[in-house]
Amino acid sequence: MSPPQTEANRGEIACRIISTAKKMGIKTVAVYSVADAQSRHVKLADEAVFIGPSAAAQSYLDTDKILDAIRSTGAEAVHPGYGFLSENAAFVSKLEEENIVFIGPSAKAITGMGDKLESKRLALAAGVNTIPGFDGVVKDGEHCVEISREIGYPVMIKASAGGGGKGMRIARNDNDAREGFKLSTEEAAASFGDARMLVEKFIDSPRHIEIQVLGDKHGHAVHLNERECSIQRRNQKVVEEAPSLFLDEVTRKAMGAQAIDLCQKLGYFSAGTVEFLVDNNHNFYFLEMNTRLQVEHPITECITGVDLVQQMIRIAKGHPLKFSQKDVKINGWAIESRVYAEDPYKNFGLPSIGRLYKYLEPGRITGVRCDSGVEEGSEITFHYDPMICKLVCYGRNREEAINRSVEALDYFVIRGVTHNIPLLRDILTEKHFTNGDVSTNYLSQVYPEGFHGHQLNEDEKSKLLAIASALYATNELRNRSFLNGPRLQIHEKMWHKWDIVISLNGRDYPIHIGQVNDSFEIKLNKEVFKIYKKDINLARPLIETKINNEQIVMQSVLRNPNGEYKITYQGTTYHLNVISKQAADLLHLMPQKPKIDVSKIIKTPMPGLVKSVSCKVGDIIAEGQELCTIEAMKMQNAMVALASGTVKAVQIKEGDTVSDDDVLIELE
Amino acid sequence: MSVRVLKNFLFVSGPKNAKARNVIRNNLRSVGTAAHTIKVAERIKEIRNQALLGGGQKRIDAQHKKGKLTARERIHLFLDADSFVEYDMFVEHTCTDFGMDKQKFPGDSVITGHGLVNGRPVYVFSQDFTVFGGSLSSIHAKKICKIMDQAILVGAPLVGLNDSGGARIQEGVDSLAGYADIFQRNVLASGVVPQISMIMGPCAGGAVYSPAITDFTFMVEDTSYLFITGPDVVKSVNNEDVTQEELGGAKTHTSISGNAHKSFNNDVDALLQLRDFMGDLDVLALETIIPPETSAAYDMLNVILSVVDERDFFEIMPKYARNIIVGFGRMNGRAVGIVGNQPKVAAGCLDINASVKAARFVRFCDAFNIPIITFVDVPGFLPGIHQEHSGIIRHGAKLLYAFAEATVPKLTGYGGAYDVMSSKHLRGDVNYAWPSAEVAVMGAKGAVSILYRGKSDVTKYVDEYTEKFGNPFSAAQRGFVDDIIEPRTTRWRLCRDLDLLETKKLTNPPRKHGNIPL
Repeated sequence: MSPPQTEANRGEIACRIISTAKKMGIKTVAVYSVADAQSRHVKLADEAVFIGPSAAAQSYLDTDKILDAIRSTGAEAVHPGYGFLSENAAFVSKLEEENIVFIGPSAKAITGMGDKLESKRLALAAGVNTIPGFDGVVKDGEHCVEISREIGYPVMIKASAGGGGKGMRIARNDNDAREGFKLSTEEAAASFGDARMLVEKFIDSPRHIEIQVLGDKHGHAVHLNERECSIQRRNQKVVEEAPSLFLDEVTRKAMGAQAIDLCQKLGYFSAGTVEFLVDNNHNFYFLEMNTRLQVEHPITECITGVDLVQQMIRIAKGHPLKFSQKDVKINGWAIESRVYAEDPYKNFGLPSIGRLYKYLEPGRITGVRCDSGVEEGSEITFHYDPMICKLVCYGRNREEAINRSVEALDYFVIRGVTHNIPLLRDILTEKHFTNGDVSTNYLSQVYPEGFHGHQLNEDEKSKLLAIASALYATNELRNRSFLNGPRLQIHEKMWHKWDIVISLNGRDYPIHIGQVNDSFEIKLNKEVFKIYKKDINLARPLIETKINNEQIVMQSVLRNPNGEYKITYQGTTYHLNVISKQAADLLHLMPQKPKIDVSKIIKTPMPGLVKSVSCKVGDIIAEGQELCTIEAMKMQNAMVALASGTVKAVQIKEGDTVSDDDVLIELE
Repeated sequence: MSVRVLKNFLFVSGPKNAKARNVIRNNLRSVGTAAHTIKVAERIKEIRNQALLGGGQKRIDAQHKKGKLTARERIHLFLDADSFVEYDMFVEHTCTDFGMDKQKFPGDSVITGHGLVNGRPVYVFSQDFTVFGGSLSSIHAKKICKIMDQAILVGAPLVGLNDSGGARIQEGVDSLAGYADIFQRNVLASGVVPQISMIMGPCAGGAVYSPAITDFTFMVEDTSYLFITGPDVVKSVNNEDVTQEELGGAKTHTSISGNAHKSFNNDVDALLQLRDFMGDLDVLALETIIPPETSAAYDMLNVILSVVDERDFFEIMPKYARNIIVGFGRMNGRAVGIVGNQPKVAAGCLDINASVKAARFVRFCDAFNIPIITFVDVPGFLPGIHQEHSGIIRHGAKLLYAFAEATVPKLTGYGGAYDVMSSKHLRGDVNYAWPSAEVAVMGAKGAVSILYRGKSDVTKYVDEYTEKFGNPFSAAQRGFVDDIIEPRTTRWRLCRDLDLLETKKLTNPPRKHGNIPL
């Protein structure tokens, strides 16, 4: 058996790499932190090595621990995935010293492309179009203003070492420039330990289109066409597609040629991505080059038929590319929707955490690929990226890829964490998107007031109410049947019909439910809906049925005996109150209760010792996020936020002794 | 002439046709009784209509204004449509003092009868605050006693919807005697039929002891109060200032005193949820299962929700003694009682309140043949002067007693406090351990400090002890657990075991009654 290969990563990308390695007959070693002890990537790998605490800095980012894991298992190669150590040149140098194969580019290429200033210089030298800007380090705020005026507003101020949207500001005037420089510098210093700034022309409403490249160690390079990644929130991608509807063959060729030129100039090998901004006139400008496998690589795999991870492994072992540019075609269309554990109603996505108590991927639908690192029971923690799954849908054309994505999202069952499927599904059916009219400002343009969920039309509303009624009636019928012979006789007087009232979005809808043969007959206003009884199963999260011969997919999220229902339809979850007419008639007599928000104060439930405090005043925290841990009775108890908010006061510090009901942390 | 003719006719034909003559005679008589019958029927109708209105529209409006439903609205919302059969609509109070003979309301201040909840019979009384403030007269008590007696005979649950200002002062000692009659029946019915009290208004003084004896006491938030002596008496005797809500509101009793098992938002919410809850009280077989994981403070509620049908779990006393979780759920449709230590709260330690809470729940399940599933993850009893001085020994023993006494199917798993929760030695039917289980007398550190008192390299021994007992092997080797199972297989194993144990037969030795350490 050949020596194993280590995946110095976690989550979906580790699983993704393991899957190809297995196909290639390569043994795999996973590394894992405390939080990941029961993760899917650990179970999939042939071997697993524990590398330390949950915090990435002490595990996945700790070069020494990863190196120890490699040595102890005798692994001959390392695949870094993306993030973590994937673009850490020092790590790659160490591997090179120890003769361990790094499945990625050379340390030199990483260094060259990792620094924004340096990469721009290299790109210029390779004849790649670049954005007009200041080639050097900005000294201070005034210097920033001066440069900005020279380039002409609007300008983008960004951290030289930056990425992921951190340390980036747009300035449209002198004030913006001064303020933006200050804030970005601070952010960059905190995030990257490198406060160097650069300034460049800001391109309004650009598209973000990137070219996937592959180079081998023998001087060959090919590009695998483009990916359109314009739909972003806070500079992080949400929906990506390949190819791009916007590119014509001429532009595609020109961009591809420049990307290949850059690779060859650099002597680049392995997979890489050259990112461009493209304006409305098909002018394109080099943005940066990512010297790693990208999150969204599956869509390129879909349309080209190339397994990028397999190519990376082959290249790392010194094999030449087996195909040339003319072999690379565009077959069909692929769309990736990134399913995140986040609340799309807050700023297009505030992270949320929790345990996936129910999790069903829609993988059985034709043309759907789910790349994920979770399974039912997995926990989404605040330690790592909140991505749950990459939903990749393939079709013969764009329309088919979109339709499959929509269908797949309707069948995607996620319970236990708030997720962004409502937003994803709405984007995929929104007309700007379906027309291909997108830019990096897409979200703020299409949802200027923020995202508020799908808005039901009258027909959709009726269907939602009909399904809620069918659930109610099914529950009523089930309540009258018992498994284990009750001691008391059940009175067989059957109730065949119900008069109920459903309230939805502040309006009451009186509904009559009857039963005809195998169906419920639901009367709403003058309309009658028939729903086949056997289609309604209270134990299943998915409801698949036909209403007036139209196929309907909904999800039952919650059903409380007091009438509180939550039903997901077309991605959005609706809160309904479903009660008998009799109860509804009495409901108006019930007193209105003042809302007391007790979720803003975190108190100790027991006496104990403050073990750690993981927030500070001013932090923005998400519901369910751990704020501190209290040790009591040899157990560590995590105190979590009951609501999202900003930390107003922290009354404790590590090592403090606290007693019952002490206020620990206040939010606002 | 005509008279004579008639006479003749009668005379002549009479003897010939005696039958016809009788018909005529009877008809003559019934002219008088018909009028009477109609009058009675009208009177009945009138009384019924009067009874339906309770204390009258003005008082009904006042009741509504307080955010409360009337006694009758409550009954109809609680029961299946058209299923209520009312008793004693015509009774009247018997008091003649203080001008009471001039103030009478048909049915007096309580509505009683039986009906169906999801097709199953239930006896119910609903105190009518619109009639003399729902105060308890001797006839009010007699009405309640009548349905209690029937509930016991029939074996149907008894539900009380309490909304009463207290004793009928005009009746004096007769009223008090009425309370005692009810208490006596509450006690006789205990363990025979499930008894539930829903407090939907005031319930003060002696009246509180009926709910206290019943199996479950629920309250409606902001509109219900339970106390022995109200704020006025507390002020005059102890000079303590306290509001009704602080002294005996739903929040107080569900989180501080533990007198109430759950509270609800309002009357409608309460009655709809009570309907649902009734479905949990109709079961026959049981087991106890306890899967422990000792290293992290996870939420036991997650474990329970992932095991029961449709994550549907009716938690009893969710805000009181939160270090232990008790409640009802279903396993493949079969109702079960579930007890689980909650590691998230006080590390799941057993203290006085938790012991008493769980003990009472276990005894309820046992009394009504509801199988018990126990999820154990407990480091032990809570140490402390307050706990010891308050009698943790005696109260902890209640839990031990309850588990040991129970004959229903019991499924269990392991952490610490092995003997007190439902273990193999307390006649657990099926006992599983998760791989993370540690079955030991105490934590490794504590054990080592005793075993190796005074030695210097204690950490070595701690590791040794952890190696030996920090796993489920020692218990499994001795047969104290039947198997070590993967957590994900828990649910189907429990369902299978419950099926098997449906025919479990176990009886305790005959005796008058046991003597639980009260």
